[in-house]
Amino acid sequence: MKAFTYARAATPAQAAAATLKPGAKLIAGGTNLLDLMKLQVETPSELVDINRLPLDKIEDSPDGGLRIGATVRNSDLAADPRVRQRYGVLSRALLAGASAQLRNKATTAGNLLQRTRCYYFYDVTKPCNKRSPGSGCAALAGFNRIHAILGTSEHCIATNPSDMAVAMRALDARVETVNDKGEARQVPIAEFHRLPGNTPQIETALKPGELITAVTLPPPPPGLQIYRKVRDRASYAFALVSVAAVVDAAGGRIRSARLAFGGLAPKPWRSPGAEQKLAGAPANAATYNAAASAVLDEARGFGGNDFKIPLLRRTLHAVLSEITRT
Amino acid sequence: MSEANNPIEVTRRTVVETGTTALLLAALPRAALGGSPDIDRSTPAATVELEINSHSYRLELDPRTTLLDALREHLALTGTKKGCDHGQCGACTVLIEGRRINSCLTLAMMHDGQSITTIEGLADSERLHPMQAAFVEHDGFQCGYCTSGQICSAVGMLGEARAGMPSYATADLTNPQPELTDAEIRERMSGNICRCAAYPNIVAAIKQSAGSPS
Repeated sequence: MKAFTYARAATPAQAAAATLKPGAKLIAGGTNLLDLMKLQVETPSELVDINRLPLDKIEDSPDGGLRIGATVRNSDLAADPRVRQRYGVLSRALLAGASAQLRNKATTAGNLLQRTRCYYFYDVTKPCNKRSPGSGCAALAGFNRIHAILGTSEHCIATNPSDMAVAMRALDARVETVNDKGEARQVPIAEFHRLPGNTPQIETALKPGELITAVTLPPPPPGLQIYRKVRDRASYAFALVSVAAVVDAAGGRIRSARLAFGGLAPKPWRSPGAEQKLAGAPANAATYNAAASAVLDEARGFGGNDFKIPLLRRTLHAVLSEITRT
Repeated sequence: MSEANNPIEVTRRTVVETGTTALLLAALPRAALGGSPDIDRSTPAATVELEINSHSYRLELDPRTTLLDALREHLALTGTKKGCDHGQCGACTVLIEGRRINSCLTLAMMHDGQSITTIEGLADSERLHPMQAAFVEHDGFQCGYCTSGQICSAVGMLGEARAGMPSYATADLTNPQPELTDAEIRERMSGNICRCAAYPNIVAAIKQSAGSPS
């Protein structure tokens, strides 16, 4: 680990201001950042600890939604009775991620900002445009079993590893921030994570001098909620493919559906085309296949990850069959 | 807390009695600073106060020192093990304010003023913690390297289960008190890897301990 100085932020505005300093990084749970620092993927010269800021509450919003503080631990969010009863897809997605020990440390904002688990991003001896812009992408012609099939660019095919963010995408969450001047803003989660394009090193809409203070959820959409995660082992592994589904169906017909996907793309992925295929359609195999085709319309494999295309088709079919069964 | 309750840790090092037992160990060699081969010793030391197994310790540390390295290299509390050092194996699991975490993926500085329980702090003098006794009774280990992490994790896990926290194996999330089935125990303990694969006996030990008061 490279040497750094350590300080504790006294206020959110102070923490936001700290991010303007070159080499400074905020630390909350630290489960991803410290791992990257040990490997010298991250080499901050100053760490600013935000764990003691008053950002750890889950509150009811006036509109019937929830406001989740930036430093609420993943385990506490998953166990919150309101989340379990009204946002089951979020609770399940959180519980599908990492281990209990990591969830006890990992925070809401940190989860949103966690970095890809692309092998080449982690290996400082290999080219990686995300870690070292302009050096190339070793995954394109390398081992790319875990990599993205949607939203990629010629510069980066890494996936976003979060489960939590996939559920939040299905729930149309908004990310609340404050900057060093104390100004607050909200970013829809759809716009929070960015596709790599020519700048894979820029992963979010967060600006220098900006701190995430909370994530807000609107009131839960109608219908049942499912989070299905397909991975190499039954627990404690990243998604190869995951689906967050909120589907309102009755009498063999789908009224409305929201689908968000993990493991497929550099950001939590929504497919408006697939949701349109489902809205008002009969709950049957032809409908599910049409929805899967819409998701995969522009999908492209890179060899090792070609299997994700049929895997997504089958997983989505299973999810939609289950959620429309009642 | 008297010395007799915690015979292991403090007697190994110079002790300054100040109401609670306080140690100032700034002069100890810093053997491990996060596993990096090119250790830069230029960083000024920072002071942290930790309450470990009911003893207060004041340490001067390089800010890079993980909680795990603070325990092992600065306090000689070597019951907590370093396995992967990347939060993947669970061997370094300790309890902070009763919650289980990976001590390899957190900095000692981040826990100033907090209460930490390690494997050395579970037993009541010579009387084993019920979870330790259950692991012995059910032969819940082979080589033993992961065991302290397994036991600390299991103690934390039972606390979570008693608080009604769900897991990915919980069929009904709205059930405020999910039953601790074998499938639940396995899912909740998935952050602790056992290379000897003593899992069936670990599950049996935890199941027994879950049924007994602690």
